[in-house]
Amino acid sequence: MTRIRTVLLPPALAILFAALLCAVALLISGDSPLTALRVMVTQVGEGTTAVDIVNSAAIYYVAGLAVAIGFQMKLFNIGIEGQFRLAACVAAIVGGALTLPPVVHTVVIIIVGAAVGALWASVPAVLKAYRGVHEVIASIMMNFIATGLIAYLISTDAFGVLRGNNISTDPIDPTGHFPGISFGGAGTIFGFVFVAAALGLAYGFMLNRTRFGFELKASGESPTAAAAGGVDARRMVLVALLLSGAMAGLVGLAELLGRDHAYTLTSPQGYGFTGIAVALLGRNHPVGIALGALLWAFLDKSALALDNVGVPREIVLIMQGSVVLSVIVAYEIVRRYELAAEQRRVAAQLRASAGSEPAEVGS
Amino acid sequence: MAVVESAPPRGEYAVELAGITKRFPGVVANSDISLQVRRGEVHALCGENGAGKSTLMKILYGMQQPDEGTISVDGEVVHFRSPADAIKAGIGMVHQHFMLADNLTVTENVLLGAEALYGMGAAARVRIAQLAATVGLQVAPDLLVERLGVADRQRVEILKVLYRGARTVILDEPTAVLVPQEVDELFATLRSMRDDGFTFVFISHKLDEVLSIADRVTVIRRGTCVGSADPRTVTSRELAEMMVGSELPSPETRESTVTDRVVLRVTGLTLEAEGGGRPVLDGVDLVVRAGEVLGIAGVEGNGQTELVETIMGMRRASAGTVELAGTDITRAHTLQRREAGIGYVPEDRTRHGLLATQPLWVNRILGHQSRKPVASGGPLGVLDRAAARRDTERIVREFDVRTPGVDVPAAALSGGNQQKLVVGRELSGNPVLLIAAHPTRGVDVGAQAGIWDVLRRARADGLAVLLVSADLDELIGLSDTIKVMLRGRLVADADPATVTPEELGAAMTGADAGGSAGAPGVEPGPTNTGKEPA
Amino acid sequence: MTTLEKAPPVPTTRNGRRMPGWARAALVVAIGVGILAITTTLTGQYQLTSSGTTQAAVRLLLPILFAALGGLWSERSGIINIGLEGMMILGTWGAAWAGFLWGPWAAVVGGLVFGALGGVLHAIATVTFGVNHIVSGVAITLLGMGITQYLATLIFLPISRNPRQSPRIEGFETFSIQPLADWLAALEGEQRVLLSDAAGLLGGLVSGLTPLVVIGFALVPVSYYVLWRTRFGLRLRSCGENPVAAESLGVKVFTHKYIAVIVSGGLAGLGGAALTLNPGQLGYLEGQTGGRGYIGLAAMIFGNWRPGGLLAGSALFGYVDGVQLRAGGEAVHALLYATTILAVIVAVFWALRRHWRPAVIALVAGAVVYAVYWAIPEVPREFASYAPQLVTLLVLAVASQRLRPPAAIGLEYRRGEGD
Repeated sequence: MTRIRTVLLPPALAILFAALLCAVALLISGDSPLTALRVMVTQVGEGTTAVDIVNSAAIYYVAGLAVAIGFQMKLFNIGIEGQFRLAACVAAIVGGALTLPPVVHTVVIIIVGAAVGALWASVPAVLKAYRGVHEVIASIMMNFIATGLIAYLISTDAFGVLRGNNISTDPIDPTGHFPGISFGGAGTIFGFVFVAAALGLAYGFMLNRTRFGFELKASGESPTAAAAGGVDARRMVLVALLLSGAMAGLVGLAELLGRDHAYTLTSPQGYGFTGIAVALLGRNHPVGIALGALLWAFLDKSALALDNVGVPREIVLIMQGSVVLSVIVAYEIVRRYELAAEQRRVAAQLRASAGSEPAEVGS
Repeated sequence: MAVVESAPPRGEYAVELAGITKRFPGVVANSDISLQVRRGEVHALCGENGAGKSTLMKILYGMQQPDEGTISVDGEVVHFRSPADAIKAGIGMVHQHFMLADNLTVTENVLLGAEALYGMGAAARVRIAQLAATVGLQVAPDLLVERLGVADRQRVEILKVLYRGARTVILDEPTAVLVPQEVDELFATLRSMRDDGFTFVFISHKLDEVLSIADRVTVIRRGTCVGSADPRTVTSRELAEMMVGSELPSPETRESTVTDRVVLRVTGLTLEAEGGGRPVLDGVDLVVRAGEVLGIAGVEGNGQTELVETIMGMRRASAGTVELAGTDITRAHTLQRREAGIGYVPEDRTRHGLLATQPLWVNRILGHQSRKPVASGGPLGVLDRAAARRDTERIVREFDVRTPGVDVPAAALSGGNQQKLVVGRELSGNPVLLIAAHPTRGVDVGAQAGIWDVLRRARADGLAVLLVSADLDELIGLSDTIKVMLRGRLVADADPATVTPEELGAAMTGADAGGSAGAPGVEPGPTNTGKEPA
Repeated sequence: MTTLEKAPPVPTTRNGRRMPGWARAALVVAIGVGILAITTTLTGQYQLTSSGTTQAAVRLLLPILFAALGGLWSERSGIINIGLEGMMILGTWGAAWAGFLWGPWAAVVGGLVFGALGGVLHAIATVTFGVNHIVSGVAITLLGMGITQYLATLIFLPISRNPRQSPRIEGFETFSIQPLADWLAALEGEQRVLLSDAAGLLGGLVSGLTPLVVIGFALVPVSYYVLWRTRFGLRLRSCGENPVAAESLGVKVFTHKYIAVIVSGGLAGLGGAALTLNPGQLGYLEGQTGGRGYIGLAAMIFGNWRPGGLLAGSALFGYVDGVQLRAGGEAVHALLYATTILAVIVAVFWALRRHWRPAVIALVAGAVVYAVYWAIPEVPREFASYAPQLVTLLVLAVASQRLRPPAAIGLEYRRGEGD
């Protein structure tokens, strides 16, 4: 009972609050919130929307997992953005240059992506572990530098090829593609969706059933207690950030291997920040992140549908921003309330069981 | 120097608390407490740890609001909504943990919150210089507070209170961090200030100090007021019984169980200070044998914390070796040391011992994450959650942890029960050495007796125990050997059978370092650190 | 007295030799000018010290400077403000909207107010509800982007026919400090070693100014005065150092943190206004902040949470950006040469103090940079833009242990927590 209350109530309230906020914004701007809601719901059944939502959600999910690994020990890998973009870019270059048998080709590309992500994350990781540089500032700088590096890598001076107005890397041979599941007119689900699901399972298992997961959570809860309990803080920082970076390296591969087959100037950006939002929504829980990712993808797709009926699509951005902000506030309120309630409950139970014995006195 | 602004004497009492009740979730911290403090007296407020003294004083200082009851100052009922209100009414507080900002200067610390009185310029500096003389503070006012020693920090604290024009000063355990000589100096300052008309509320559980400084004593037990006493007529035995209830628990250890099997051998252990300067640990040698309790006495901040953390591998020694049962573990990680059989009860259980929001059974895993029964092994390091729960239930049973179950978060337990959980966990997995730092600090009397009992039994079972404590009675009662630590070195040995707390106190301050003092139970010099315990 | 003996030794020797702050700053500036002058002479990259470069640098550093000042205010009160970016974005829209309706001064106020609104949100989340500061900051940046884009579509689209852009707004008249500016320009034109370089660098600082530039530079000493010399500033800093102690002394911690974070947002908003009012690009443009809020935060950390330091940090970003924009990869390439000279000077500095390790490290670093200088003819354009970020990373890696952030930064504080 209480469990359901703590876990589901805050996001439900936050979504309701954000929806109300958006409704007010729409009313002010002279649009009908009800129309908007109807359009958002009905769009799911139309065309490829449902499949698109699942595909996007899978990408957001992997990004959310990458963020959550760091969040578990209160490490903020803001650098997912740079890590995933650089990883996708290098993976595309390597994949385009290699000629390998099927499956092997794909696996090599995936490994390259994870390795590049981890490599890019290793800079903030090492700076944090050995020099005490805050990972947020270091990884933000790495994001900028990644932008420069990618621009260089796909320029015609380096690995880029000019195609029409766009610069792109060499396309990956079909042997390196990751086949999807076609639903005909309803679109094609990326095969990578299943990889994302497997990653979620692995994350959940790692977190709750293994020593590493325990040490990760313990470091996040209390670095001092973890150190006294034999957790090597430096090693945890390194491993957590590298793992997070490797996960980030996989974010861009769903589209690279399943749809684009090359990295271009216009390849997508911003998944890193979406990952942060999704991890916050899902409270770093493997299932929670999945729900957060689906919600985010649903809102993203709504933008198009709203545009078609003349409602400003940017209302979705407000919805997303306010959901995140209100959900973190809601979680915090519930957390405080629950801890106080728990303390009261324990004291009451002890009093009841101790009978006449006076209550423990705090100071 | 006339420091007190002419206070209009209305009513007999400077401060009067009547029927104060304060409830926190699950506990009643203060229940119908009354306290009357006359003008110009030192009024001691006594009680065990957790008796509710601090809560009462926070109410008097406006940091918390009482659920029931009234506060009167100079005969008038007042309502304090914040410390600012209390300060306006002439009440100041010197907290046990100093309320100073390290990265601000002495002057800035004094001015903070009281800038309106004398501005922030020359007038303020003059005033601070005057008051510094009153409280005996002799450091440059532009020095950062992080460079001051403990006694000077305390003087800055008192200076702050005086600067605000306080006429009633609450001193919360002011002697806890001072060496006896500093205590004497503090008392001399307090007496002269009392003669100038200041009123003090002196919180302590050290009875000899209370009897020496107080004009009146009020005793609190378990949140209620037990009564007041006149220190000229009451004995410390009577006071102690008022505080504790009935019988005094005694930490005494009966017969010796010391064997000649060396469990821990520390040789020449040195730890350089982070910013350079005098080493924090300087060539520490010590030996703990199976069945032996080695007590480390010392004023806090003389390297005890660092010694323990270096032995645990949480700090890296600059020089020297640590051997556990003949194996060199100087380079081992904390977890390897734990696996080798060291149990560790840290001095600050909330910071180092527990994961506050995690359930008890998750806390059972901490420090044991690589060992049976909670780890089931394998390359992935899979944990056995069922076994962790079962073993937590065993600890709850065996160590009398009062909890409704193993699924409640650790933060929901009282301090004493948290500590029993930590002790139980650290004695799991058959350790050969237990390092216990201040094991009964901040726990209630019942839990204290329980923990002493556990330590005694463990010792009888052949465990080696390294005990660090600020409670000299606990040290003398439990230890087979006592070593005194001063400025990072072990400077003297003491025989707990013959030494008195006063003698230990003298050795802790280095008063007899020159060999002049006649402390019969204390043998000076690190030369005999390797000898057999007496 | 025992009490005196117990106090740790006071480093009088170091204090005795220490120069006053302004003298050190002057020395640093002099060394910087000297290095640039030598580099210019030896590499022939005259753009490095031209007044045009400095002018561009000033325009580029201004938003960063405002953001860094915003970071200073917030972080000195103990609140990490990674939401500066979002507040800056809000500021760009507010400035464009108010500027379009009522002119440049209104734009300044509009940016200020919109940024401050973002600050209010951050304060509510972090101070009242105790949300993790970084989490809240990221969320506010997301929300700031959303609100801004929504409002841009709603308000600007009908006028400019572009949801990503506002109509062009009226900017400030630029002015120069005469006759100084003309005299410096003349001196720069004479092409005399060192003298003309210094004149060029300085000339850019006194010509092509707008009131906002003056406000920005004035806010550095003003922030110092308010935060370090007034009662309010002392209280604000105490909240960042030891809020429990501050509360016990009657300081209204919540109020001060709220004020600090709102001022911080307002300053970030001014940074947004500075972008909107940039003479080269008057108006709102989606994505025009380009992460400058984050860079401002980095500049502040670079400057060790001090006003003078963050000015230096912002200047570094602005200058490298300016060189890159005005003169491209070749000029940035010449900066590698300047870096080599700097490394040698640092090495000599440490060697004179007989600290051999840092001296050797500096020398090796200098050699590496020089090797790069030799190996490549010019820095690729794509990298040149991100040189400041690289420099920030390097500086943090080398100097992070000497930095002194406020002691209670990032910690949740609850009323009545004193124990």
